[in-house]
Amino acid sequence: MKTSRVTSAGSCLALAVLVAACGGGGSRNLIQNKGSDTLVNVAQAWAESYASVASETVVAVSGGGSGTGIAAMINGTVDIANSSRKMKDSEIELARGNGNEPIEFVVGFDALAVYVHPDNPLDQVSLEQLAELYGEGGDVDTWSQLGVEVPGCGSDEIVRVSRQNNSGTYVYFREAVLGERRDFRLGSRDMHGSKDVVDLVENTPCAIGYSGLAYATDHVKMPCVKKGEDGDCVSPSVETAIDASYPIARPLFMYTAGEPQGAIREYLDWVLSDEGQCIVYEKGYAPRGDVNCS
Amino acid sequence: MADMTHAADRRDLAWWVDRAMQVLVLAGGLSAIVFIAGIFVFITREGAGFVFDRLDFREFFFSPRWTPTSSHNPTYGALALIAGTASVTGLAMVVSVPFSLGAAIYIGEFATGRVRETLKVLVELLAAIPSVVWGFIGLSIMNPLIIQVFDVPVGLNVLNSGIILGLMAAPIMTTIAEDALKAVPDTYREAAEAMGATRWQVTFRVVLPAARNGLVAATLLGVGRGFGETMAVLMASGHSINLPTSPFDSVRALTATIAAELGETAAGSDHYQALFTLGIFLFLVTFAINFAADVFVRGGRRKYRRRGRRPAASANP
Repeated sequence: MKTSRVTSAGSCLALAVLVAACGGGGSRNLIQNKGSDTLVNVAQAWAESYASVASETVVAVSGGGSGTGIAAMINGTVDIANSSRKMKDSEIELARGNGNEPIEFVVGFDALAVYVHPDNPLDQVSLEQLAELYGEGGDVDTWSQLGVEVPGCGSDEIVRVSRQNNSGTYVYFREAVLGERRDFRLGSRDMHGSKDVVDLVENTPCAIGYSGLAYATDHVKMPCVKKGEDGDCVSPSVETAIDASYPIARPLFMYTAGEPQGAIREYLDWVLSDEGQCIVYEKGYAPRGDVNCS
Repeated sequence: MADMTHAADRRDLAWWVDRAMQVLVLAGGLSAIVFIAGIFVFITREGAGFVFDRLDFREFFFSPRWTPTSSHNPTYGALALIAGTASVTGLAMVVSVPFSLGAAIYIGEFATGRVRETLKVLVELLAAIPSVVWGFIGLSIMNPLIIQVFDVPVGLNVLNSGIILGLMAAPIMTTIAEDALKAVPDTYREAAEAMGATRWQVTFRVVLPAARNGLVAATLLGVGRGFGETMAVLMASGHSINLPTSPFDSVRALTATIAAELGETAAGSDHYQALFTLGIFLFLVTFAINFAADVFVRGGRRKYRRRGRRPAASANP
């Protein structure tokens, strides 16, 4: 997955160079767009569709993670950073130090689904259970503590699947589920990509993991999530992310260094328009508001 | 005589070409030194601030808590990462030493003609498989297999990555071990055969002891390869901070930690510098391993030279 992304970004870039060369050095615009793995699919779809809207602008998209994109935006090597978390104060300070006020755009919402193996009978899970499972000092270690017996998981041990410690998904899950001042418990399998989490859970009966809803496949199961023991249990979906009834849905951001101008401004306006937001919906994320998509 | 000296000193085209090529290969030779020094200066500079100001050596070497992005209490304990790398490399050696020494002995001492050439090419081909492909095999083939066969909760663990890494290290170890066997003078073998030794007796009693240093060097270079490998270990080890107590525990390697975290870390932050500190540590360890291997190889060479002059005397059992 990782490699194919890099390749496609690379070929995009190569194409852009080629196009610029063929265009005789005239009025082509190249927008560099980098960051969140959660957003990379939809960012690529935007870039592809935008070619038919404004043919003189080429958008080169690459992934690498929210932190990567933000760091690149601060250092001035990309025009737009994709992020699945808000910029930290320290990052905003760094950007200001370089003379750029970062400008934030909310481009959609993502439901963070909890994934288990398809044979797992677990139908619902509460935020409190997740916190005791993933959080430091938590005491949930076995499936029987969650009231289920998982076929194919003889040891009863829960295999916690998480993300590397500076992915946007990891940071959001920590804040939303564990709380501000609680750390993750060590010993989780920290996957290096949203899709890797789903892949591992798919192949591992004992596993539980969290990742963006857009990475769901037919080979994994997503239990509904409730807030508190008596709360309503809500299944993750684009609809429940839009109406904010799903408890772990997060905004997705694009950041620019300073107020965007020219082609970048036009591109962001288009991303936020109905046409751009419908692509968000098609890719399995929630748009910013009500849009009519054919 | 005088004419020849004169001819050799004549500054014709061949003389200039000779000079130019000498300078060129000298630059090539020096570039290795320049690069290694440059890399060392770079990683040291990036990590130095952290090493001298904030690094708590006790925490770094004795605490398994690696939580650099914690919002209120970041800790930089590398014990679990060191244990992870060591356990995976250790298991990899258990897998690869018998395989690669066996292969080297067969190729060097027993196989002949076509079989030998084919095997050599195949072993070298094994070295050409990209590490991300090995990692993929670990993730999608070995993981379900290990879960099924051993009935463990997850198949991304020391066993998985150790086997993968062992197969990755085997080609280089085989090639170097075979070179070491080849470096044993044929006079040794002939002397032993003349005394009625069988092929295996020649190999086991004469060739292997004579090539011992080279074989140790081959193993050490394999260890170095294992220590430094990143991608395959990242994918197959489970990437889980954990002090392993069995081959079925998931672990996290030093290299994999750097690979997974460096890309998303703000340049110059504590976390960034801590990752470079891991890099310095890795560099020192692999440097020590390679240096030790080199010492062994040199020791071996000296021995052949010394004994090579009087082969009959030293091959006498």
